[in-house]
Amino acid sequence: MKNVVIVDYGMGNLLSVQRAFEHCGARVKITSSPARIEKAEYLVLPGVGAFTDGMRELDSRGLVRSIRAFAKTGRPFLGICLGMQMMLETGEEFGIYDGLALIPGKVVMIPKNGPDGTSHKIPHIGWNGLLPLNDNGNWENTILHGISPGESVYFVHSFSALPAHPQNDLADCSYNGLRLCAVIRSGNVYGCQFHPEKSSDVGLRIINNFLRIQPLR
Amino acid sequence: MHNIRLIARLDVKGPNLVKGIQLEGLRKMGNPNKFAKKYYDEGIDEIIYMDIVASLYERDNIKEIVRRTSEDIFIPVTAGGGIRSVEDAREILRAGADKVAINTAAIKNPQLISDISKRFGSQCMVLSIEAKRKGAGQWEAYYDYGREKTGVDVVGWAQKGYELGAGEILLTSIDMEGGAKGFDIELVRTISEMLPIPVIASGGMGNIDDLEMVIQEGHADAVAMAHVLHYGVHSVGEIKEECLRRGIKVRIG
Repeated sequence: MKNVVIVDYGMGNLLSVQRAFEHCGARVKITSSPARIEKAEYLVLPGVGAFTDGMRELDSRGLVRSIRAFAKTGRPFLGICLGMQMMLETGEEFGIYDGLALIPGKVVMIPKNGPDGTSHKIPHIGWNGLLPLNDNGNWENTILHGISPGESVYFVHSFSALPAHPQNDLADCSYNGLRLCAVIRSGNVYGCQFHPEKSSDVGLRIINNFLRIQPLR
Repeated sequence: MHNIRLIARLDVKGPNLVKGIQLEGLRKMGNPNKFAKKYYDEGIDEIIYMDIVASLYERDNIKEIVRRTSEDIFIPVTAGGGIRSVEDAREILRAGADKVAINTAAIKNPQLISDISKRFGSQCMVLSIEAKRKGAGQWEAYYDYGREKTGVDVVGWAQKGYELGAGEILLTSIDMEGGAKGFDIELVRTISEMLPIPVIASGGMGNIDDLEMVIQEGHADAVAMAHVLHYGVHSVGEIKEECLRRGIKVRIG
């Protein structure tokens, strides 16, 4: 049985994340203890809300350093929604704020108009298909193993990740013609903009894939 | 066009799913969790639970239903009815809801919209509006499931709700609710075109033509349905298949 630690920093619906991982056969602990986080077998950073609030809550609990330390161990890490956005270097919401810097890049507001100038609703709420990048289409042995391009997952966000390097962008979605980053990856460090715990069977398959990832030595 | 969200709306009273007619006259349908699980297995995109009699003493009812839902249903869940404070919202989100829908308390204290959206994010804050037509292009907001009028103009209230931080509008037509005769298309179009946030059309769906109309003519971002599902008029699968056949994008899977 895989042991999963979920970081509790006061942001978001932890019960749903816990239940989804348990449904996939994991043993789950929810914690805000830096020591437990560093020792985790699998670490999950969920969260909904604003980037600055999230970072402030992590910081006030002394968790920034321990999450960074965990990400360096090569053990599997998954950020979800706000947890994914905070993995980048900076967030641009009422100013520029530091993130966890696990993956190079930044988080910006979703553009108000599509490439053709038409407007769309923000937040981007709803089910949207996962799309590979042209030169980076191989999802084998990643958390998207066995997922077919176009399979839908549930998004709800107003800001969007812009990884600095295309090799860190594992999948996008398309919203009114805009390509929005859906999954980031660097080694065993993953982030999903969407909510796998709210994405029905496809989401559960992604969680199962995550639980099959072996630590890097 | 992106995927339209199809939402099962489950009004609950005590331990039962109920189905009303024009928000009056209730029929007991059974265990809401069982209905929700069935719709989940069939491929519904979201669930909305509304406790239609939630009083100060009965708020735990919806929390229990939400908690049981989170055990085996892995799609977004919205809960409403009787939420009066940030603390109430926090409890229901902790029970596993992703969003709270608020009507009465927001009308009485609009600041609550800001407080909840600042604390939990605007994506959690669904403003529920019950609209009753007054004339051409005019609707009045009601609460307590169409029982109490407010004198508040729906168009202005929706705009204000958005400005205060609501992330979505759940827009129920009191005139059409329970009638299974179609949505108030003009109402949905007016609010959906005015606001940059998603609008969920609710109240009136009797068949798939109604659904097509509220999407194509009303520009709804999401559609809440009750009657067609609870009475087994169509399965979720049938509705989705028919949507795709008519060129309406929905999630497959």
